[in-house]
Amino acid sequence: MEHIVIIGNGIAGVTAARHIRKNSDKKITIISTETPFFFSRTALMYVYMGHMTFEQTQPYENWFWKKNRIDLKQGFVNHITPENKMLHLDDGSTIHYDKLIIATGSKPNKFGWPGQDLKGVTGLYHKQDLENLEIYAPNNKVCQRAVIVGGGLIGVELAEMLNTRNIPVTFLVRESGFWGNVLPEGDSKMITQHIISHGIDLRLNSNLKEIKADENGTVKSIVIAETNEEIPCNLVGLTPGVSPNIDFLKDSGIKTHRGVIVNRYLETNVEAVYAIGDCAEQEEAIGRRKPVEAVWYTGRMMGETLAQTICGNRMKYNPGHWFNSAKFFDIEYQTYGWVSSKPSDHEVHFHWEHNDKTKCITLAYHKTERTLLGINTFGIRMGHEVFDRWLTEKRDIDFVIDHLAEANFDPEFYAHFENDIKKAYLKNYDTVNL
Amino acid sequence: MSLKLNTSMALVKPDAQPLSSKQKGAVALGTSGLFILLLALLNTSFPHQGLFLTLALGLITLGVVLFTHDLYLNKHEGIKNDGVWFKAITSRGTISWILGIVLTLFYIVLYFYPNLLGLASDGGENTGLVGLFDPLSKLLSGNPASQWFVYGTLYTLAITIFGYKFILKYRHNRYEKLRTMSVMFFQLGFAFLIPEFMSRLNESPNYNLPYYDLKSIWPLNYYLFDQWSVNGFLSSGTLGLSMLIFGIVSIFIITPILTYKYGKRWYCSWVCGCGGLAETAGDSFRQLSDKSLKAWKLERWLIHTVLVFSVIMTTAVIYTYLGRDPSRYWLTQNVFLTGVGVLLTLVFTLVMIFKRHSLGKDARYGAIGYFVIIASLFAMHYTGTTDKIFLIKASSLRSAYGLYIGSIFSGVIGTGFYPIFGSRVWCRFGCPMAAILGFQQRLFSKFRITTNGGQCISCGNCSTYCEMGIDVRAYAQKGENIVRSSCVGCGICSAVCPRGVLKLENDTMKGRINSNEILLGNDVDLMDLVNKK
Repeated sequence: MEHIVIIGNGIAGVTAARHIRKNSDKKITIISTETPFFFSRTALMYVYMGHMTFEQTQPYENWFWKKNRIDLKQGFVNHITPENKMLHLDDGSTIHYDKLIIATGSKPNKFGWPGQDLKGVTGLYHKQDLENLEIYAPNNKVCQRAVIVGGGLIGVELAEMLNTRNIPVTFLVRESGFWGNVLPEGDSKMITQHIISHGIDLRLNSNLKEIKADENGTVKSIVIAETNEEIPCNLVGLTPGVSPNIDFLKDSGIKTHRGVIVNRYLETNVEAVYAIGDCAEQEEAIGRRKPVEAVWYTGRMMGETLAQTICGNRMKYNPGHWFNSAKFFDIEYQTYGWVSSKPSDHEVHFHWEHNDKTKCITLAYHKTERTLLGINTFGIRMGHEVFDRWLTEKRDIDFVIDHLAEANFDPEFYAHFENDIKKAYLKNYDTVNL
Repeated sequence: MSLKLNTSMALVKPDAQPLSSKQKGAVALGTSGLFILLLALLNTSFPHQGLFLTLALGLITLGVVLFTHDLYLNKHEGIKNDGVWFKAITSRGTISWILGIVLTLFYIVLYFYPNLLGLASDGGENTGLVGLFDPLSKLLSGNPASQWFVYGTLYTLAITIFGYKFILKYRHNRYEKLRTMSVMFFQLGFAFLIPEFMSRLNESPNYNLPYYDLKSIWPLNYYLFDQWSVNGFLSSGTLGLSMLIFGIVSIFIITPILTYKYGKRWYCSWVCGCGGLAETAGDSFRQLSDKSLKAWKLERWLIHTVLVFSVIMTTAVIYTYLGRDPSRYWLTQNVFLTGVGVLLTLVFTLVMIFKRHSLGKDARYGAIGYFVIIASLFAMHYTGTTDKIFLIKASSLRSAYGLYIGSIFSGVIGTGFYPIFGSRVWCRFGCPMAAILGFQQRLFSKFRITTNGGQCISCGNCSTYCEMGIDVRAYAQKGENIVRSSCVGCGICSAVCPRGVLKLENDTMKGRINSNEILLGNDVDLMDLVNKK
């Protein structure tokens, strides 16, 4: 029986395993160091916040794996020798594979800051990071201030987490607005204000210079590069993005760059070895997507696709329209298609914001063809299927404005803003076309 | 999921958020109010009962209101579940065991030893806790209080003040606000005030109305068709007759129509008093429900067994007081029994013909099994010589149902164990009304919870906060609509979802139950290929 070995029990690896099981009778083994069972990484924050127990972040009950004959092995793969199809684990054991799927995910970025490996410095990615937080930031007596470096989605989650335990947070963001390299100005501005309204000490245009230690080698303070200001703190959260976790592939003969290089079939340069999820790097970017996509959804989609190939139905990884979502404290965010932070010449934005500063949308459309390019929506839920269809049908912006109510996905009885949005759009249209 | 959690068993976990000084003050006020009730329970005779009752209920109300204000109003609108699993009271710590045991003991005393609460025996004066409530009862109905009046008042108070808390907690969510106002209204008006006014009517010799909470529908209201109840209606003129007709219409006509249009939520989380208490006073315990597959299996057997029990019991009870002579009244024992038999056979046959593919294997076997049992009981009755219908005397059936289901299951376990098993134990495992509504919701209703394409991140907030123990995430992460007979449509899964994935909707029956292997976002050909296979 063919033995499929998957390194990594995150969403990519587990999705691949489930779909291979659905379509075949192959022997499946998942190897992971982090935890014995699959958990939802995106839910780690809710464990620290006390919304959920860790067990509740596990989407499948523990009997699921045995029942579906997916063997789980806890262990760390030291290196791979593809010539004899062997994995070498750190306990000295070896595992033979017929097909190997590398789904080892990411590790938090560190940019060589002095003090970046001190005690009390943490990312927010692994379960172990959560355990670190419980040691260095269980409450505001142990942790009198925390500093977060890196203004992306993980940084704002960490800020929200610490805030629930009344720990004062200073948040260093390189850009002039929160997530300014992704969000257009209007969106970024509203979220920036929302973060500040939660009592976060948000420092824009600020970079980290160094992290200082006390006599025990634990974090004592940080220094901001631009101002040389020293901020005393007991925890430093480093959240300037992630990069592929592939150090163990050195000398294996498997071609890597930032991630494991794969073609559109998610095949590496070595026969019978595949890579999916955060750790995979497309040799050629697909559309406007980045070659390395460290996103929950793309990990899942690669898993779904590769399972087809493994089960004899060779299939290209072919993601549809881009979509993503997040939550910034109390404000939910969804995006469909592409909305650039700095629109190029042919891309026009229409931005609408509610007076209460918790809801806004930005619609991007083509300047001359007027077709919809994408939408960012904050505080108003919109249907994935509807926008996906409109993007495929290349609907123009006027159609989208007229039919916005169809896309609304808010709970029943919620106030609707389609008329306000339309009015603002028409007003804006008049000024643009005068 | 085992009942054991990682949280400590200490009264308060070391790193739980401490109470603010305002919250401590509010707790002091509320506790003082409860203390007055405790003194009354210990048979302290208060000089001005009305004054002290007002004081007790007022202090409890004030305590909850002030606590709630300090808890929610200083914060942004949004989800307020911070620290739920760190607080001993909401994560099965010592204090929740104490609370669970106290509530359980209260129910045992209430149902079986009301004299301990101070209920008068043989025309004497009420004393103790029941005596304290006399002034309010006399004000409303003109009669001295009973243990049920005390219970009803405290129940209504709990729904009102914790409903207020719930509304502030979810003040960003109009669905939750409207739904809660609705249960508060129905509890206060239909369950509490109207029955009291009905008993005012009984002062006139023309009326002999039984206690009747109009929103409590058979079979939840299992005594509606008892002989004393039906006699009461029939001896109360047109009003009594219309109420009896309303009782029949509400289960056979109103319920199916509303459930078809809106799902069982129109009742379970907008109208029902049991649901009302679970959604308000029980809201802090919703996360304690058991989400395992095992619990789901137990639920399906248990709730349908209770339903069958209640149908047999009610049939037997009605049968015993009907006459045999068709010339005296058209509804005789034989007509009635034939009618019940025809109705059950009709429902069974129609479901097996048109909906058998929507039923799981075990549900099909269960339905056939129960049908065979009921059919053989009927057969034994018609062929047998005994007077006893269905082997056991109707009165024994009736008292067994009242004791085990009506009192112990719905009260002692259903509510007493809120802090241990979560808030909807009765609704999920026992309520025969929920079983009927759920049966229809699963097979013949426009209601479903839809999922938003491929946006689910499997975080599990939805499953954690589902009071009915539905593993919502299992559906959401497959992009599958949630069509479950137990779903009461409380809307909390949709509220706590951080990615806006879930939406409660009423739409057409077609394509209501969908199943996707590949979610939206991946190559369209792949979705087609895999999902249509």
